[in-house]
Formats: sequence, C-alpha cells, structure tokens
Amino acid sequence: MSGYLSGVIAILGINVIFAYGIFVTAAAGQLNLGGAGFQAIGAYGAAILSLEFGLGIWAAIAAATVIGGLIGFLIAFPILRTRGVYMVLATFAFAQVVVGIVLNSNYLGGSMGLIMSDYIETGAIIWATLGVILFVFYLMSTPMGLAMRAVHDDEPVADLMGVNNRAVQVAAFALGGAITGLSGALYAYYFGFVEVQYFNALLSIFVLLYVLIGGTQTAWGPLVGAGFFTLIPEALRMGEDWRFLIFGVLIVAMMILRPEGIVTRDAVDRIRARLSPRARDA
Amino acid sequence: MLLEVAGLDLRYGATHAVKGVSLTVGEGEIVTVLGANGAGKSSLLKAIAGAEKPTGGTIQFNGRDITGRGASQRVRDGLVLVPEGRQIFVSLSVEENLLMGAYTRSGAEVARDAEEIFDRFPNLEARRHAPASVLSGGEQQMLAVGRALLARPKLMMLDEPSLGLSPIVVDQLFDLIAELNAQGLSILLVEQNTQMALEVASRGYVLELGALRAEGTAEELAADASLVEAYLGNAEDAA
Repeated sequence: MSGYLSGVIAILGINVIFAYGIFVTAAAGQLNLGGAGFQAIGAYGAAILSLEFGLGIWAAIAAATVIGGLIGFLIAFPILRTRGVYMVLATFAFAQVVVGIVLNSNYLGGSMGLIMSDYIETGAIIWATLGVILFVFYLMSTPMGLAMRAVHDDEPVADLMGVNNRAVQVAAFALGGAITGLSGALYAYYFGFVEVQYFNALLSIFVLLYVLIGGTQTAWGPLVGAGFFTLIPEALRMGEDWRFLIFGVLIVAMMILRPEGIVTRDAVDRIRARLSPRARDA
Repeated sequence: MLLEVAGLDLRYGATHAVKGVSLTVGEGEIVTVLGANGAGKSSLLKAIAGAEKPTGGTIQFNGRDITGRGASQRVRDGLVLVPEGRQIFVSLSVEENLLMGAYTRSGAEVARDAEEIFDRFPNLEARRHAPASVLSGGEQQMLAVGRALLARPKLMMLDEPSLGLSPIVVDQLFDLIAELNAQGLSILLVEQNTQMALEVASRGYVLELGALRAEGTAEELAADASLVEAYLGNAEDAA
C-alpha cells in the first residue's frame, strides 16, 4: 500500500467513524452541528491521558471514547431542551466553547497543540472502522434502533407506543459523543499531534453534510456519505483549482435529486430485491 | 370499573378544552364519546392516554390512580390510544410499525402476536416490508389498530377511526371493533359518525364545548333525536 493510499484510507476510516457518531443522534432526530467539539474532546482526551497519565495506546483510546460518551450524556440534558434550529445552534455553540477552552489552556497546549509520543498505523484504524460499522448496523436492528427511528418520525406517537423519548434521545447523544470521541482519539494517534485549529466550524459542517447527504434512514448512509466526501475531492485533484467548485456543484445536485440522502430505505430494499429476488417473495 | 375518569379538566392557555368531565368504562364494554368538531373529544382521550397533562380531576385505571403517570407507563398498564388520523410511522416498514406497538413487551410472544395480526389483515401481510406510507387510508387504520393490539391492551381508545375512510372500509372497521370487543377487549370510542358508534356501543356520552351534556345507553341516546340535532349537528350525515 503506497503512503498516499494508506493516508487516504486512514482519513476515510476516521471520517466514517466520525460520521457514525453524528448519524446515531441524527437517526433519533437530533441534528448535531458540534461534531468538531466532540471529536476534539476525544483527541485531547487521548493526548492528555497518554502524555500526562502514561496510559497505553488502546487504554487511552478506550478512555477517550468513554469521556466523549460521558460529555455527550451530560450535554444532552441542556441541548435537548431546545428544538429544531435552536438545537443546531446549541450544539454549534458547544463546539465553540470546547475550542475556546482549549485555546485558553496551557495544560491543553493552547494554540500550539500537543505532540503525541505514540502512533497507530492505518491497519488499526481499519479495524476500528469495521468495528464501529458493525456496531451501528447491529444497533439499528435492535428495538433501541427501531425506537430511535420512531422518535425521529413522530415523537408524540412514539410516546403513545410507550417509548421514553427523552431517554432514547439522551442515549443517542451519549452514544454519538462516544463514537465521535473515538474518531478524535484515532485522529490524535494517527497524525501524532492535535491542534485546535483542525477542530473548526467547517469540520462540524462537513461531518453533518456527510450524514445528511449519505442519508439518515439506514446505517449505510454515513458510510456512503463519508466515502463520497472523502474520496471525491481526492479523485478531483487533477482538476486542482476547479475541484472545490465541481465538488460544490455535486453537493447541490445531490440535495436537489435525493433530498432524503443518497441511501434511502427504498433504495436498500430495491438492491436487496435485485440481489435475492426469491428471499423477498418468501 | 376498568376506567374511571372524575372531574377531568384540561386547559391549553386560554382555551378550556375539557370542563370537568366524568366517565366510566366497565370491563368488556364499548363506550362511545360523541360530539361535534371541537367538542373536546380528542383532548379528553389525549388526557386519558397521558399525552396531555390535565389541569384537574383524577383518572383511575384498573383500580389504580394513574393521574400522575406518563404516557409510556400507561401503555405498560394496558391503556392504549389509537390516535386521530392514524399517525403511523411513515418511514418505518409495515412490520416495524407493528413491532413499535409491542415496544413495551419482549420475548417470543411478540413475533407470534405479530403473525396473528398479519393473519387477521392479509393486506398488511402482503406489504409487510414496504414502507407504511404506501398503504391506503383504510390499510393505515388497520395498521394503527394492529399496532395498538400488539401492546396487549386492556382498554383500547380509538380517536375518530372512521375519519376519511370510504363507507365500505368504515363498515369493516366497525366489524373489527365489535369482533375485538367480543374477544374481551374493552373499548372507548370517540366518533363523529354517531349512528355507527351507537350501533356498536353499549353506552355513550355527549360532549359539547368541552362539557358533558348527556349520557345514557346507546338505545336512549339513539332514540333522543333532539339531542342528536342539538349537540351533534350531523344527524343527516349519520342517517
């Protein structure tokens, strides 16, 4: 594997995990525009646990994931008091607060960032990505996954079915925080440094776009969305100056042609039917 | 009494939707609540289901005060509402909609009960994996009833189930209500289709502007033409 290819695969893996973190909350009907904040928590959590507390690579990554989940859980309570566009703004503000804290803290390296003393290879990221994909597919097949989609569809009716909407939404937020934290920890160990400038508003916007353009109806969405967003700009590299323009046009076209995202439940059903026509008739 | 509502009051801001309504539903009964549009029928059912917080009064279910319990706890108690306008989950498949009805239950029985619903409604069985949004209005109503049945209710409340359905489908629906009742299910039915509701119910209440105006057996209410004209205003539609 060439260095370039290996690098693209590692970034793709980190972005796919990141997208699943945002997808889990979106699947339950919550838009999280604070993705970069949660990813920063995972990255800085892993860095501090490794540099200051001497944790091993996987212990630090696991702990950073748990920290991301805990903060997601705690922040869910104030954020879930808001609705719609105000929720989007609240999550966005949260990410800005995280960045502000890092910038003003010498302990966290301020604007200079932190340099890691350990590294992981692309292989480790591939395994982690596969693990997260399998986990989210499994989650969406459980009653919890069904309840998340029901809450997304119609909160008052989900309530009438006996779903504790608030508990489902808080759980989705905590889980999203953990998965996003994991992507941040992997980022820190793969690139060998964390600097707060990376975790900017544009990153939060991009990861939310991965999820919305991929589609929130099935667990295929974030995989396709993150793949599209990570690989298309690479494929367009030959166009250099034009690539972001072409990319922008592609995004707008996607939003017009497939407003529910690239992968919808219908599309998944149709593909399944084509692959095994008998299985569906049975 | 299975359900005992006493002096139930519900206000939304300046609107006084339900004014001190008392009603009962006995074990194995079909009771209907009649009234014109805006009489407070839906608000009453929502308050009983726990979707709206009453501003006064008490609700006893199965010998227990449930006034302070949330909607999801009431489903576990066996009190289930089929909401107005079906309200199925449009992005879930037909089967997933049914399984949502059994959200408070677990185990192998759920799958067996779901198969029973599919046996009862072959139209649903045929579209089991299709998104519920492709169903016709009548099929969606059957799905909403089937979904509620999967919660294994003791009392099923139906809010305007005949709304927007063709006469043939309305007949099927009322046959189903009578059949479910014959199998032991207690039912509280809110309807604007007065005639159909009084045919299937044993007792009824008449609501006007949020307040109880009359109550009696279905025969008494059906015989009282002045009452129907005065408070329901749709005697001709119903005839």
